[in-house]
Amino acid sequence: MIAIVDYGAGNLVSVKKALDWLGQDCAITSDPGAVAKAAKIVLPGVGHFASTEALARSGLQDAIAGAIARGVPFLGICVGMQWMFESSQESPETPGLGLFQGECERFPARVKSPHVGWNQLEVAESSRLFREVSPSPFVYFTHSFRAPVGETTTACCEYGGSFSAAVERDHLFGVQFHPEKSGEIGLKLLGNFCAL
Amino acid sequence: MLTKRIIACLDVDNGRVVKGIQFLNLQDAGDPAALAKAHSESGADEIVLLDISAAHQRRATLLDTVRRAAAQLFIPFTVGGGIRTLEEAAAVFSAGADKISINSAALADPSLITRIAARFGSQAVVVAIDAKRRADGHWEAFTHGGRTPSDRDAVEWAREAESRGAGEILLTSMNRDGTASGFDCELTRAVADAVRIPVIASGGAGGAQHFVEVFGEGHADAALAASIFHYGYSRIADLKQELGSQGIPVRWPC
Repeated sequence: MIAIVDYGAGNLVSVKKALDWLGQDCAITSDPGAVAKAAKIVLPGVGHFASTEALARSGLQDAIAGAIARGVPFLGICVGMQWMFESSQESPETPGLGLFQGECERFPARVKSPHVGWNQLEVAESSRLFREVSPSPFVYFTHSFRAPVGETTTACCEYGGSFSAAVERDHLFGVQFHPEKSGEIGLKLLGNFCAL
Repeated sequence: MLTKRIIACLDVDNGRVVKGIQFLNLQDAGDPAALAKAHSESGADEIVLLDISAAHQRRATLLDTVRRAAAQLFIPFTVGGGIRTLEEAAAVFSAGADKISINSAALADPSLITRIAARFGSQAVVVAIDAKRRADGHWEAFTHGGRTPSDRDAVEWAREAESRGAGEILLTSMNRDGTASGFDCELTRAVADAVRIPVIASGGAGGAQHFVEVFGEGHADAALAASIFHYGYSRIADLKQELGSQGIPVRWPC
């Protein structure tokens, strides 16, 4: 079973719908016990970085960290990906999980923010998440903060400078865009994650 | 590069799409779910479903329509028309909408924008503004499907909507709507330059050149049309190809 973690932020229906479409056994849950037992974990997230504090308070963070330590595949989407970094300028006092190095930052003032719409990626060949996807796909974004480009970056995007659209290391995956809203390409990515 | 979005709008009355749909080879051409999927497959970047039903019919059919359309739609999906409360918005989100669009209710009580944004995020709140040009060269926002003047300046209202938490502005020129004579680039630019959130231009699309103009001189981030996709271009793909050849960044091939 794939656990879609519900920590009270945003709308999880679309992620569930996409996984249902792919024929996956999945459930939206806010129960740390269910998350601890899941075969895979998806952490969606739209909203403010501070909303991830609910993960620590509810025991979900411990359940997620424990599962990750046991090698359970994990996918963070949007704020869910940002939470995998160390911190975000959006809420400096809220710690991230620190699975990836760096701080999420604001877009520069010369571009409109939030970054909303379809933008093109440059994908690293080594990416497992983007297996059998074109090297420069269009995907749907909606966000005001972005993660820096680093060694774990597997897809870059350009908007007021380059940022990490996707990161991966071992069984850990993060995407800044919304695969559940990115048409066929997004479904393919989710399918690749489910097939791990 | 961030692309310019082409948004297909479905006007739905009592569960049926009411504008023409001659081009699509569909079993049931009036079914919003079938049409939304067809538009998505032909290259639409986003779908807006606007419910224009009379109030007494709305409750019964809208959520069912949204649920059926959303089930097979994996691009952004916005639903508007008659949403007056946080609870009504929540029901539309649960049915599968990614964003809701509010107009009259937001003007009547602007705190509604903030309340929906606080619960579902600003990215989920589109404020629709129906604007009509006044003799003095400014634009006035209208409510209730363009029937009621609000006495609010459209540009100033867009700014307030942004400050209250709107994630996007859906801006319709009442003067151009249904004319196929081109978007109102002056109006679109006035609003797009006044806010930092994306502005979707609507009203007046008649051909590819109109999209080129509104993305260029109009500074629009996205453009919405209904009937052109039914009568003018057989496929949104053809429009996108034409825009691409004129140097407009679009998502193509999808």
